[in-house]
Amino acid sequence: MKSLIIIISVALILGILYLIFRVGNLMSIAKGRPKDARVGPDNKIHAVLFVIFMIVSLVGFFWYSWANFDRYQLPIASEHGARTDALFWITMAVTVIAFVIISIIMFVFVFKYQYKEGNRAKFYPDNHYLELTWTIIPAVVLTILIITGLNAWTDITSPASKEAEVIEVMGQQFAWIARYPGKDNQLGDYNYKFIDAVNEFGLDLQNDKNTFDDFKSLELHLPVNKEILLKIRAKDVLHSVFLPHFRVKMDAVPGMPTQFKFIVTKTTEQMRTETGNPNFNYELACTEICGRGHFSMKMSVIVEDEASYEQWKASQESWLKQNPDYLNKIPVELREAAMIKAGIESDPGAVASAD
Amino acid sequence: MATTDIHIQHELHHHDDHEHEHHEGNFWTNYVFSEDHKVIAKQFLITGIFWALLGGILSVIFRLQLGFPDADLSWLQPVLGGWINIDPITQKGSLDPEFYLALVTMHGTIMVFFVLTAGLSGTFSNFLIPLQIGARDMASGFMNMLSYWFFFVSSVIMFVSLFLETGPAGGGWTVYPPLSALPQAIKGSGTGMTLWLVAMALFIVSSLLGGINYITTVINMRTRGMSFTRMPLTIWAFFFTAIIGLLSFPVLFAAALLLIFDRSFGTSFYLSDIFIGGEALANEGGSPVLFQHLFWFLGHPEVYIVLLPALGISSEIIATNSCKPIFGYKAMIGSMLFIAILSFIVWAHHMFVTGMNPFLGSVFMLLTLIIAVPSAVKIFNYVTTLWKGNIRFTSGMLFSIGMVSFFLTGGITGIFLGNAAIDIQLHDTYFVVAHFHLVMGSASFFGMLAGIYHWFPKMFGRMMDERLGAIHFWVTFIGVYMVFFPMHYIGIAGFPRRYYSWTNFDTFAGWADLNMLVSVAAILTLGAQFIFLFNFFYSIFRGRLAPANPWFATTLEWTTPRLPGHGNWPGEIPSVYRWPYDYSKPGAADDFIPQHIPYSETPESNLPHENELIKLETSNGEGAIIVEGKGH
Repeated sequence: MKSLIIIISVALILGILYLIFRVGNLMSIAKGRPKDARVGPDNKIHAVLFVIFMIVSLVGFFWYSWANFDRYQLPIASEHGARTDALFWITMAVTVIAFVIISIIMFVFVFKYQYKEGNRAKFYPDNHYLELTWTIIPAVVLTILIITGLNAWTDITSPASKEAEVIEVMGQQFAWIARYPGKDNQLGDYNYKFIDAVNEFGLDLQNDKNTFDDFKSLELHLPVNKEILLKIRAKDVLHSVFLPHFRVKMDAVPGMPTQFKFIVTKTTEQMRTETGNPNFNYELACTEICGRGHFSMKMSVIVEDEASYEQWKASQESWLKQNPDYLNKIPVELREAAMIKAGIESDPGAVASAD
Repeated sequence: MATTDIHIQHELHHHDDHEHEHHEGNFWTNYVFSEDHKVIAKQFLITGIFWALLGGILSVIFRLQLGFPDADLSWLQPVLGGWINIDPITQKGSLDPEFYLALVTMHGTIMVFFVLTAGLSGTFSNFLIPLQIGARDMASGFMNMLSYWFFFVSSVIMFVSLFLETGPAGGGWTVYPPLSALPQAIKGSGTGMTLWLVAMALFIVSSLLGGINYITTVINMRTRGMSFTRMPLTIWAFFFTAIIGLLSFPVLFAAALLLIFDRSFGTSFYLSDIFIGGEALANEGGSPVLFQHLFWFLGHPEVYIVLLPALGISSEIIATNSCKPIFGYKAMIGSMLFIAILSFIVWAHHMFVTGMNPFLGSVFMLLTLIIAVPSAVKIFNYVTTLWKGNIRFTSGMLFSIGMVSFFLTGGITGIFLGNAAIDIQLHDTYFVVAHFHLVMGSASFFGMLAGIYHWFPKMFGRMMDERLGAIHFWVTFIGVYMVFFPMHYIGIAGFPRRYYSWTNFDTFAGWADLNMLVSVAAILTLGAQFIFLFNFFYSIFRGRLAPANPWFATTLEWTTPRLPGHGNWPGEIPSVYRWPYDYSKPGAADDFIPQHIPYSETPESNLPHENELIKLETSNGEGAIIVEGKGH
């Protein structure tokens, strides 16, 4: 019943609109237009509307951008982020100036040179000096932007130092997991063929001793003020690591490990005080479409001072210790060493085989 | 129509339609399998309008989800069926997240390819090239017909894919593998993706058939006196567009073909080291980044395939309605040429953070930002064309001004995104969405609408209602800005694209208000398009009869009868004696001098070097007439 009423009323409204249109049409035919009129009666209205549009939208643009600055400007918490944001705002200044000037000129011209009976437009087909001017000015401005941008880009993508803290992040449908190198500070090798429900990283336990003390984390813990080299890979389809507060983004590509180096400048605690939000948390989001759960692919990020970071690391159990069944994937002669490195006291496999 | 047809037959001896020399042809040959460029143009147009409407509706459905995440969408169940998930507790309906991705994907595919490539180039290249260069038809009417029918079959297949149980393709319009290659990863990569690839392969065939025709026609079939430097900017734009398409679409075809191999025949071009659905796949050695390179080698030129025709159309309309020559005709051609060339060497700016070698990123950043120069030149030239004009705000003119405004607003944000260092943060956020929807989506869409309003009288012999056109313009113009401008803020805040909901992240959660505004504006904007639809179809049958030259334009199409028949001109094809922008020439009686008026008839307004040309006009010898003339 309700939908019927809606349908009938919509039909009625459309019918009325159509009638108004017809009547208006017939009226204009009856009134007739002067034969030599080259413009409709609304010409002036459009000219005025354009100017109103320009003023309202420019005022709205500046007002909103000013009033809501803190809302859309995410606090920066990385060294290179300060640099890219500076570039962003320099570019913003340059482009907004150009945008405002051109918009005003254009809409003022639209208003000023609206059709007037008896007026004649100026025959002005070209002017090489003008063309040259507005080729060279943008070219110069862009050159400056390009050079500053290139410098920043080269520095950001330059190789990480040897002392950098190496952490691996792996994307999979639809979660992130991190792997830390353990006490030896070496991430162990992996091979996707060793991946199974437990060995999510595909650790190559047979061939690489460095895997023994690697540990897995569902949260990303990072030390503050220390260079971090994030090794990024994907298990199934493309994902993309996005750390908005650190201005970090890099795709995770199956079959092609990627990386991003950065230095975080503020701990989670500092950020909580700075933003006045006691529940503030850094987050890692996925920004490459990866399927049904793309929008929920989140990892919590915790930034600590170096001491607490080291403490946290020391408190983590190695992956092998958590999954001692995998000891029997390790060649017999290496098992002892593996157990020591992984921090396993007794070999559950050995006990089982002794029974 | 009938009378003009008969007239033409006396004159027409070069053409290939001898079979219906003395009758009018039947319904099938006239309106369905027609080889007449004007009919084919209308076929492209109507199909394009259908797709635009569908693409718009799809976007409104996913905007409902984004703007009103708590709303009950169960009322959509009669249409969307199982794609609406009903919460067992609250009984509220919501969009299935996978269908959300399918909607986003199909919206992009439809709008970029089926509306703004086929609907825009297909319509206006077909309609205007022969009419504006003075040709009876396209170089090959048959290939032209095939071009439409390949597009039609492609459309049918793409349309059918919407109704599959597993849904249409859902990996984004860029269909990056492995997501698009593995049905285990997302349902849409099953049959939906197969149909997507088949449809796109046919689409590419259609596009190539059309493109070859446009290029050949422009080069070979210009009327006497229509030298390249006397071609309207529309033709230049279509010409460049066709060349770009011809060079880049085959690469997409290759990319699609390799993807088909990977999907169906076990090859590993794009797949490597994948563990999915509980098993490690055998594929090794491929690279997903290879697909991205191939895709964007088309994908970026595609932006200009979509944009250049709109720029050409608006140049023409702005000059006509400002009653002024387009400022810097040669600079306009030069900048289009420069843009066309650059469009081939900037593709990897879509890939700064895909793990591509950072050095490549530097090179592509440099090349990308150079594009801003010719684009800026174009904007300045538009503005200078308006200066001291005598501007008539026809519907076509309104939409052209709107297009320049979008081109400016959206183009400027490209300077951010082209800068690799800044792109790290903005890549794949709503900032990108805002950028390309304004500069390529809305600008091209406005170019298309401007073209429809402007050439409707020539297409259907009747006028569209100017007042409805104006209402359509203002609601759409403001609506589009309300939709896309707020997205810049959401994007600067880091909100990623293609997110079904943002409540999972504290960082992105604060934008319910702007998202709601965007959705409301999107619904209103779509609503305004129905005004256009009514105006369009009503005017085809009931519109005011069009005068031969309703906009006082100079180009050749306005020298044809009200409704040009097959062959376009009942008599001889007019010769061309001047460039297409003799508007408001000092000394001339009227403020426009059509291209077919010889200088000898306008001694009062000729410039000194034009008086020289009179001799060539009057010698009446074939050989003396300007170089590329037809019929030598």
